This record gives sequence, structure tokens and C-alpha cells, in this order.
Amino acid sequence: MKLNKMSLHRKRSMLGFFFIGPWLIGIIFFYMSPLIQSIKFSFSKMQIQSEGYSLLPVGFENFRTALFVDATFNRIITSSVWEMILSVPMILFFSLFSATLLNQKFRGRTLSRAIFFLPVILASNAIASAEQSGLIGLIGSATYLEEMQGATSSYNVTSIVYMLLDIGIPSSFADYIVTAILQIYSIITSSGVQILIFLAALQSVPSSMYEVAKMEGATSYESFWKITFPMVSPLILTNIIYTIIDSFSGSPITNLIYSTAFDTHNYGLSAAMSWIYTLVVTIFLAIVGVVLAKRIHYN
Amino acid sequence: MSKENTDERYYRNQRIIQKVFDLLYVAFRTLLVIGISFIIIYPILQKIAVAFKDKVDIYNPTIYMVPVNYTWENITLAMGILDYFPMLGKTLLFVVIMTLCTVASCALAGYGFARFNFPGNGILFGLVIVTILVPTTTLMLPYYLHFKSFDIFGIVEMITGKPGVNLLNSYWPSIITSATAIGLKAGLFIYIFRQFFKGLPKEIEEASLIDGAGGIQTFFRIMLPNAIPPIITVVLFCFVWQYNDTFYTTLFMNGMELMSLKVATLPSQANQFIPELMGYSPSSGFKADQNHVAMIIDTGILLAILPLLALYLVVQRYFVESIERSGIVG
Repeated sequence: MKLNKMSLHRKRSMLGFFFIGPWLIGIIFFYMSPLIQSIKFSFSKMQIQSEGYSLLPVGFENFRTALFVDATFNRIITSSVWEMILSVPMILFFSLFSATLLNQKFRGRTLSRAIFFLPVILASNAIASAEQSGLIGLIGSATYLEEMQGATSSYNVTSIVYMLLDIGIPSSFADYIVTAILQIYSIITSSGVQILIFLAALQSVPSSMYEVAKMEGATSYESFWKITFPMVSPLILTNIIYTIIDSFSGSPITNLIYSTAFDTHNYGLSAAMSWIYTLVVTIFLAIVGVVLAKRIHYN
Repeated sequence: MSKENTDERYYRNQRIIQKVFDLLYVAFRTLLVIGISFIIIYPILQKIAVAFKDKVDIYNPTIYMVPVNYTWENITLAMGILDYFPMLGKTLLFVVIMTLCTVASCALAGYGFARFNFPGNGILFGLVIVTILVPTTTLMLPYYLHFKSFDIFGIVEMITGKPGVNLLNSYWPSIITSATAIGLKAGLFIYIFRQFFKGLPKEIEEASLIDGAGGIQTFFRIMLPNAIPPIITVVLFCFVWQYNDTFYTTLFMNGMELMSLKVATLPSQANQFIPELMGYSPSSGFKADQNHVAMIIDTGILLAILPLLALYLVVQRYFVESIERSGIVG
């Protein structure tokens, strides 16, 4: 009897391997082996020859080059990470805000939902780069374009800055708000999926909770912070992770890694750069995870 | 004055204040929704306006958005440069194949992780999370080399004597990665499926097992028909992301005719081909007006997103519904 049961159990777990089979093949041959190869590349100098390639172990040379010799890497990685740190709270705030807005009942809600999720479809690097180079062609030079974009978008923020400073907001925070206002377009277009996730979370909050709160005399402000926010808080981490992995594609650092490998053929350096980047992102995510873990309410 | 009277007046005042606040709030909300919607739609409206605008209107400063002289010329030019319909057909074929492969492999993997206690389940699922978190750029170069001389255990080398098969510039690298659930954002899709299958009651499966169905039969007959919401979610996202993807396509099939690649190189192509399409020989040294080129580029981008927009109009209401039920929220 016992033996029979065991074998049934075994059979069941073998069936599990059948289901994850395709993925297992994939992760071994098309993920782990490239991953290990990439680590190997980062510690060696690679030369492409007519028959495959040869690796020359150089220790930490590539990492040293990336961090101390390469002229642009440090600058680009700090600006990438800094931008990530700045934009993640903005996107989170905006998407939670929009989700609460779209969760209310009003006329034209279906239409406005459809419009708010439109950026999910239109977020394409191909389109972005086509638009960018189209503009460059129109204006004549890339540097001038950057200046122009800066000039046109900063309509006149000085008044807002003065206003914020007058209220007594510290200048660094006022700066942050102003950057948020100037980047509103990119924030809106990059928070489609996040709105979707928050909206789904909001709709899973049982309405009886709000009814009870209303009967007890809570204002809608109070019920937002006491009910809605704790209930959607597990999704904040999900959204942060999503925002960060979304920023991988098409960021300047990704482009640098790509061009180091395929334009200048410095494969070892490129691998080292991408590992440094991975490390930085992992540390960032770990910090966020630890900070949020205690504050998140799991039911 | 009696007490009841003051009470009544107090409540009436309160009600009026409440009503004013509600009205103000509704006005504010409407304004906000319209404003944000405008920011999102504006680029599309602008592109539509540009697509039908005649060249004559470029330097007319009185025109804002709505053109005076209409023309189909921009659209025909952009279609000519993009080689639109054949390329759209190829792209759609590619994207559909990829989506089917991804959904199939990810659904299997998600179910496997959700319902079976095989040894190492936790660790292997941890690896799924790793695939989500590690930037794909890290794997770019090994991928490239891997598929440049594709070989498993040196079988191909043994038979042909050559170091592997070159699979670059074909559909195969993408198909292989997506069929093995490693492709574009596949980790996320596995996660979605796992969460959903975890949320389904165990009794469904037990009933079908007692009725004599095997594990595989149970999955295809019982579990899959129940998993429509996550399937819709994954199909939609996979389709859109594949259609827009430039990372894997530039890496694996740079020379092939796909929408995302074509659109990314549209500006340089436009500069090259517009004089030709307008009937000037390449040797005449005619250079297209940059404003005109920009118009063509905008039209091309519009043409590229048009299939997605059309698809979106049909399925947009499933977007929210399916996400709600797909179990991302847990």
C-alpha cells in the first residue's frame, strides 16, 4: 500500500517535469549556458577568428577598463541609475493616481480606460528611434535637437519653482516636482501596464470594506489611506520591478553595451559592462525589496 | 428659534456644501481625464493629420493640424518605402508563430510550477525570477554566437564536420527561444500562468483524475479551458511586445523584413528613396525636402502602428477584464 502510494507520488512529480520540460530545456541550453559564457567573456579578452573565437583570460582587466579607463561608461551608468531612481516613484505615483481615477464610476469611463492603456501598445523603441532620427534630419544636428527639446518643453517653470519655494518646500524636492512636470509625457507613456496592474488590484478590493468605513464615518481620503493603499501595496513592489525591467530596453546604457560589442568589437568589455549594470540593478532592487517588505500589508 | 429648526438648517447647509464639493470634484476629474487623454492621443492625431497633408501645406503657417489640401501621396510613398503589405504579412506571420509558441510553452511551465511538487520546484521557479530580472543585454553576445553556429552536444559537427548551423537571419532563433519559454519577457508570462493555476481549486483536477483522465489529459481538457483570462492577457502582451520588439530582431535577424526593423531604419531609407519614387534619377543629385521626409516618416510610423491600433479597438475591453482575473494580483 505504502509502496503504491509512493510510486503514485513519484509519477505525479515526474509528470511535473513533463510540463516544465520545454522550459527546462530552454533554461539549460539557452539561458544558463549563455549566462555562464557571458561571465567567462567578462573575465577574458575575446578574439573572433575565422573558425569560431579564442578566449584569453585577463582577470579583472575588463572591469577595471569599464570603471576606470572607459570615458563614457561611468557617466552613462550613473545617469541611467539616477534616472531610474527618479522616474520609478513618479511612474508609481502617476499610475496609482490614474488607476484610482479610472476605478471611479463616471461617464466615458470605458473610453478613457482604452485611451490610458494605449501607451502599452505604442511603447516601441523602433518608433521612438524613427521619430528621433526623423527630427534630427529635420533640424540638422543631434545636439541642437537636444537643446531644442529642452527649450520647448520648459515652458516657464520659474514661476512654479518660486511658488513651491514660497510654500516652504525644500529646494531639492521642488526640483524633483519640476522635473516630474517636465517629463509628464514620458511618465504617462511609460505607465500603461502599471496602471493596468493597479486597476486590477483596486477592483479586487471588496466593496464591503468601503461600505463599513463609510458607515463608521470615514472620509474618502481616510478610506483611501486606510483601505485602498494597504490593499494595493503588495502590487507596488511588482510595479517597481516591472518599471525597472521595462527601462532596460532602449536605455542609453543598453545602447552603449550593444555598440561596445558590435561596433567596436570589444566583447569582453561589453560583457563586463553588462555585468556591472546587472549588479547595480540587483543591489537597487534588493534595497527596495528590503525597505518595502516591512511596510507591505499581505492579507 | 426651536432646536429642530436649527438642526434642519444645519443639515441643509451641509448638503449644499457637499453638493458643491462633489460638483467641483467631478469638474476637476473630468478636466484631468481629458487632459491626460489628450496628451496620449495628441501624437496619433498629429500623425493622422500629417498623413493626409499635401506638400503645399508644409510652409503654410496658418495651418494647425487640419490640412487644407488633402492627398494620398504621403501614404503611397510611405507604403512604397516600407514595402508595406508584403512586409506586414511577414511580420504578422512571424508574430503569430511567436505568440503561439510562447503561450504554449509558458502555459505548460506555469502549470508545472503551480501544481506539481517535484524536487527543486522552488529553486527552479527562482530561476524563472532570475530570467525576469537579469537584463537581456547580458546575454546578447553569447546568444549571437550560440545561434551563429547552433549545435546541441556537437551532434551537427559530428554529422557534417562543420561547427554548427548558422541560424541567424532566419525565424529559428526566435522560435527556438520562445518555444522553450526563454524568449521575450517569457519569465513574466510563466509567472502570470503560475499565479492563475495556483488560484484554481484543486478539486477540479482531483475530480478529473478520479474520473480516469491522465495528468496530461486533465491539463488539456480541464485546466486549459479554464485558463482563458491569463491566456488572453499573455496573447495580447506577447503579440504587442513581439510586434514592437527591436532587441531580439536586431540581434537575430537584422537583414529580415520585419515591421520593427523597417520602422527603425525608416528615416535613412526615406532620404534615399523619396527622390527615386518621385521620379528623379539617383544621379541627378536631387535631395528631398527634409520637411517632406519628416512627413513621410510620420506617415510610415502611423502605418506601422495601424494594425496594432485596429487590433486594440477590437480587444481593448478584454485587456482590463482578463488582467483582473488572470491572477497577477494574487
